[in-house]
Amino acid sequence: MAEVKLFRAWSSPFPLRIVWALEVKGIEYDMIYEDLSNKSSMLLQYNPVYKKVPVLLHKGKPISESLVILEYIEETWKSKTPSLLPGDPYQRAMARFWAKFGDDKILPLIWEAFIKQGKDQEEALIAAHENLKYLEVELRGKKFLGGETVGFADLTFGWLANLVSVFEEIAGVTLIDHEKFPLLLTWMKNFMDAPKIRETWPPRDKLINHFRALRETLIAKEPK
Amino acid sequence: MAEEVVLLDFWASMFGMRVRIALAEKGIKYEYREEDLRNKSDLLLQMNPVHKKIPVLIHNGKPICESLIIVQYIDEVWNDKSPLLPSDPYKRAQARFWADFIDKKVYDTGRKLWTTKGEENETAKKELVEIFKTLEEELGEKPYFGGETFGFMDVAFVTFYSWFYAFETFGEFSMEAEHPKIIAWAKRCMQKESVAKTLPDRQKVYEFALDLRKRNLGE
Repeated sequence: MAEVKLFRAWSSPFPLRIVWALEVKGIEYDMIYEDLSNKSSMLLQYNPVYKKVPVLLHKGKPISESLVILEYIEETWKSKTPSLLPGDPYQRAMARFWAKFGDDKILPLIWEAFIKQGKDQEEALIAAHENLKYLEVELRGKKFLGGETVGFADLTFGWLANLVSVFEEIAGVTLIDHEKFPLLLTWMKNFMDAPKIRETWPPRDKLINHFRALRETLIAKEPK
Repeated sequence: MAEEVVLLDFWASMFGMRVRIALAEKGIKYEYREEDLRNKSDLLLQMNPVHKKIPVLIHNGKPICESLIIVQYIDEVWNDKSPLLPSDPYKRAQARFWADFIDKKVYDTGRKLWTTKGEENETAKKELVEIFKTLEEELGEKPYFGGETFGFMDVAFVTFYSWFYAFETFGEFSMEAEHPKIIAWAKRCMQKESVAKTLPDRQKVYEFALDLRKRNLGE
């Protein structure tokens, strides 16, 4: 039994970042799947503040919030390569900046564009593109945001690689087109081809069924 | 090489204050530049094109944005004195988690006190009470959130102390009565020169918030 346990939900992109980090560093761990509609008492005990996944349990002590967990993994298993964060403080600050930008801006806007329709969808997409432009610029001359290998910020944006095409298929809209975002699309391909990434992500057909059902529920709830 | 440190900031920003406290803790000399948030300087727009917000720390010409990221940067570069983050990875994770909690919860909910009316406002008040209760539980009997010494999480939260008077007045409650542990902790932090010299006068902050409310709610 491993001294590291990860509480996750199979479809959620946040715990997947942690799976990737642990796999890439070769850290042994046990996976505990949560049904988010029926959360276990253990999860509620380990993350009483947010009651969410992911939660990393290391030697019995819980850590919550994916970006906090990634930094913890990096600092605790210092000798395990590859490093997720560079050594230089300025480069570290940049990696943290882009990761936060992804979660604060890109993810919510792409999600909005996916679950909304009509004018709301159009507006969300415009806002998403406005913000994605900065990412496109940042990717100039880089294979990954972390440089030659996948790093902290890449793991945070990783959901683009497997979920964007799922969202596009379900909603019947192009979220990231190759004319406006050629570097981003290249990054998505490089990310998916990086070690341990594609082999650990959930099967596409399951994701499509799950997010299609979720989208329909959310659309049905919208005030008319 | 002489270090050149410039801070683009706004006097009432609890985010900017975090950076000022960190710089003071480390004894770093810097140039403070006040931004007019309704007429942002070219320098700000150039240094933070993504968010166009303060605070921005410019170190030897290179910008760092987002207050908690800046504070970590300061801690890592000027690591010879007054460490803000603890050395133990688990304690560091706890500090980061709670600082992030402040950003996610205190600011957004507190803001609603002067940007909303009616039911939304009432809900915000109730949520804020719960948030402060959670924070008091986390503080427990410790002198600081970080434990025995003033640290990252304390820096993240203490800047809101200058806004408590505004919260109390708009929310019609007393922090001292409802959340005495937080007030005791804040007063303890105010004994530190870096905090006392950074936090602006609460009346000034309240008047600023009142003005924000007028502009938001058109009163």
